This record gives sequence, C-alpha cells and structure tokens, in this order.
Amino acid sequence: MRQTIAEKILSEHSGRNAKAGDNVIADVDFCFGQDGTSGMIIDSFRKMGAENVSNKDKYCMVLDHSCPSPNIGVSTIHNKIRDFAREQNVKVFDVGQGVCHQLVPENGFIACGDLVLGADSHTCTYGAINIFSTGVGSTDLAITLVSGKNWFMVPETIKIVAGGELPKGVYSKDVILKIIGDIGADGATYKAVEFYGKVINRLSVDARFTISNMAVEMGAKCGLMAADKKVVDWVKKHSVRDPKPVEADDDARYEEVREYDFTDLSPQIAKPHTVDNVCDVEEVEGTSISAVSIGTCTNGRLEDLEIAAKILKGRKVARDVKLIITPASKKIYLDAVKKGYVETFITSGAIVNNPGCGPCVGTHQGVLADGENALSTANRNFKGRMGNPNSNIYLASPATAAATALEGEIADPREHKRRLA
Amino acid sequence: MPHSHRLRIQNDINTDYVISGRYKFKIQDMKELSKHIFEDIEEGFAAKIKPGDFLVAGGNFGCGSSREQAPAALKASGLCAVIAKSFARIFYRNAFNVGLCLVECETNYIDDMDELELDLDENILKNLTKGVNIEIKPVPGIMRKFLDSGGVIEYFKEHGGFEDVV
Repeated sequence: MRQTIAEKILSEHSGRNAKAGDNVIADVDFCFGQDGTSGMIIDSFRKMGAENVSNKDKYCMVLDHSCPSPNIGVSTIHNKIRDFAREQNVKVFDVGQGVCHQLVPENGFIACGDLVLGADSHTCTYGAINIFSTGVGSTDLAITLVSGKNWFMVPETIKIVAGGELPKGVYSKDVILKIIGDIGADGATYKAVEFYGKVINRLSVDARFTISNMAVEMGAKCGLMAADKKVVDWVKKHSVRDPKPVEADDDARYEEVREYDFTDLSPQIAKPHTVDNVCDVEEVEGTSISAVSIGTCTNGRLEDLEIAAKILKGRKVARDVKLIITPASKKIYLDAVKKGYVETFITSGAIVNNPGCGPCVGTHQGVLADGENALSTANRNFKGRMGNPNSNIYLASPATAAATALEGEIADPREHKRRLA
Repeated sequence: MPHSHRLRIQNDINTDYVISGRYKFKIQDMKELSKHIFEDIEEGFAAKIKPGDFLVAGGNFGCGSSREQAPAALKASGLCAVIAKSFARIFYRNAFNVGLCLVECETNYIDDMDELELDLDENILKNLTKGVNIEIKPVPGIMRKFLDSGGVIEYFKEHGGFEDVV
C-alpha cells in the first residue's frame, strides 16, 4: 500500500484510502484545551449553538499555562473553564496538576494508533508513542467537541534516521535542536516527520517525548515514532485502552529522507530569538546567564529532573542565578520528592515551582528583567516569550541547564561526565 | 485606498509576536486585544492600521503557538488580509476559521504604505503604487468557502459538516 504512519492513521480514522495531499474527514479519539485556549473553545462552542459535548470521555481541559493565576484576568478565565466543566460534566485538571502534554498521556486517555487534537501547538508530543496528534486553534477544537470529527489535509512525510550513539552528556534535546537547526523553522511546514534509528531506539519514552514535542518548531504537523516494545509497555502501563501500533510500509513514499550520525554530537544551544538559531555549546560557553529554567512539556519529566539532580547534588547554584525547576506533573513532583531530587534542588539553592508550564509563557513564576539572559529547557526562545521583550533566551538540555546554573554562565555538561548516566 | 504595512522583521513572525502571552491570557475582548498586536517587536504598530489595510510579510508567518487570538486580533485590528510568502500550518487554519484572509505570493516588491487591491477571483494582487499586478497562489477551495461564509463556524452551521467540501 506504500503508506506512511500518518497516511495509515488518517485512513483508519476516515474510512478512506488516504494519501498525501487528500482532504479527509476523520474521527478524533481524544481532544483537549488548556487555559490559554479553552476560553475561546467555550466561546466557539456556544457560537455553534451546541448544547452538549459530543463525547464527555474524550475531552478534558487543563489549567497549566498560567497557574495559580497571577492576575484577575486569568482568574476570570480559569473560573469560566471550571464553570463549563461543571455544566458539561467534563474533566478539568485544575491548577497545580501539571502540563497538558504530560497529563494527557500519563492519565492514559490515549493509545498507539490514535488520532488526537489539542488546542496547543505542542500536541505533536504524543507522536513519540505512535499517535497522530496535532495542535489546532480553539475553533477547530470546538468543532471536534461538537461533532467528534474534523477535516484534515493528509501530510507528506519526511523520514529522519538518527544513527550512531549519543556521547555522555548529550541527550534527546540536543538531537532535536540539531535537526531543527538544519531543517529550519519552516522546513517541515504542513508535513509529518517520522523519526527512526539507533539513537531513537535506545532512548526512554520520556526522552522521546522531548523530540516529538519540538517537531512543530520546524513547522511539522506531527512528529511520529514507531511503537517498539518500550512504547507498547509504556502505553499498557498508563492507558485504559489497548495500543494499536501502526507501522509505515517498507516501501512507503517519503518526500525526503535525512540520515544523521550523532556519535560526535556536542550539546546544542538555540540562541536568541529563534529556535532554529542553533550552535554547539562550545560556541557560546561562558555567556553570562542569570535565570535558568528546568521543566515544561519539553523537559519537565522525571528523567530530566534526575539528570539535573545528579549534576546539582551537593553543590550550590552560582550567586545571582535564579534556578527555577518545574515538574511537568504532580506525579513527577511526588516521585522527585521520593527519590530525593527535590531536596537536592532546594539545598542547591534552586526554587521548585508547582507543576505546570512555569515561566515558559512569560505570564508568571520568573519573568525576566531588561537585558537579562536566561537559559531554559523549554521549546521556544522568541523575543518576549518569558515576559520581557528586552531579554534573551537560550534553549538547551536539562544537563546543560544544571551545569549552567552552577557556573552562572553557559557551561558544557560533559564536564560533569562522571555524574551522568 | 487600503495600504500595505510591513514590519521591520520579515520572516518567521510567530504568534507570540502577533499577540504576546502577557495579554492573550487576560484580555478576552478582541478589539481591546488588537491594540497590542506586534507590541514586543514594534511598539505603536497597531495604531497605524486603518480598516481594510493589508499586512505584508516574508516567509513562515504565524509560526509557533496555536493561539487563535493571533488571527482574531489581526482581524479585529481592521486588517482585511495578510499577504506573505508562506504561512505556518496552525495559523493558516485558524485565520480562515475566524474569517481572516491569507494570501501567499512573492512579497519582495511591496513596500510599506503601497496602495494595494486584492482580487481573489482573478488571483491577482494589484500594487497600484508601483503599477504592477502580482500573481497570488489561489486560496484553496475549502478555505475560500469558510471565508465566504464569514468563518468556519458559520460554514459548519450552514452545511452541518464538511462533507460538501472535502
């Protein structure tokens, strides 16, 4: 049949033989919104004249971007969301539960082979567990809320083969930053990306989420991976539904195939103010940094916190550096407490935020000063992203972030090699 | 006659630049929100726009966040269309969904404050200041239907689904 993963999932959900370029109407398995988009979802839902959410078990709302609320405007929107959840008897994850992109897979709403929509651009995250998931706006989400469906243009697919073996101190974040630097911020626009290769196979599911999460930063509609044993086990452990793994055909038609050998990859840094402005850490080592953020839907998972804790253990964050750590969910937070990471963070001088998006969107919990340089494990470094257009944001892995927090300047995590797995 | 407006930054204008998270999380009124468009990259830009004007940009306009407030605020500012070399995916859908027209074409030969006239039926953008006609990529049929209805909700309500266009 020569089909890619995207073509197969969209065929399965539309009842048509879908190929790149076709438009199809497909059934959606799960959808959700967050606090920045749900207000408009509710408005669009009302505008459609709808009375009921089509399937209450296939929808949730997450208050994560700005939580707990930093101002009256946000508090009003949060209450609007809570009222709607009560009225429609749908699930809402209230402030402090975590980031939508951790909560949706962690709570088992989705499984391999699904078609998922989220009113958040980083919905592509679940491609890592073999799900066609993509971000849409509030009105598109409302249409799915009312009808259970939406229309899709079937995307072309770019295949990326990540070969070689990652050196110590180099992680999945470095892999995806390198790829985005090469392809560019619009190199995969309207397209699906499929990731394969030895490097991917060896990564944990946590680490794979980081790669799929950032597919949208090169314009992609989704960032898909095959469901190997690790993925199937992960989904079975978390999901209430059976995984239905979808593989691309051996002779699937790809628009482009890119092959990499990451054996000699350096830790990567995205410099201000675009995500594709990527360089090796050596190029910017020594750049003064006074705010460090570890967390977000990209790198706020337990493995990320473990990497940071190993580097920080028994050491002190540099003077004048604010190291802000935000676990991606309450479960991760509790696990990090049990494993002693939180104690390590606090004694090192770090601040541990409640689970959520933390300072990533610039509304609270670490807004930058004029002229300030920040290094973050997030996925965007746009001007003003962390609340101040006169500041600069560098993006990197949790290891690079922890090493940087200790020095007060961009540092190479490979210098902490003995502490790293 | 409607004019073009160009930002100092041309490529990869993301939706954070269109409308900052600082505002979109707390202001629900689009007219009010539209006063803050492009504030982080070019203060005072919103005040220059007159009803019916065009925004002209380079490639990958609207990348980044899925915030529908971005096209909704652009529409509320009075802009009749955004003309760019290319658009990011989520923004592209969102714009037509809220009834904002997007046009893809070569934009190198349009300067700030040129007088423009758009003809979607003939696929021509007329630059009246320069006396040239620029060929535009035809707006996809499905998007044109949403636009003609005034947005995707209006279309969906009229037709009860997308079966007529897909």
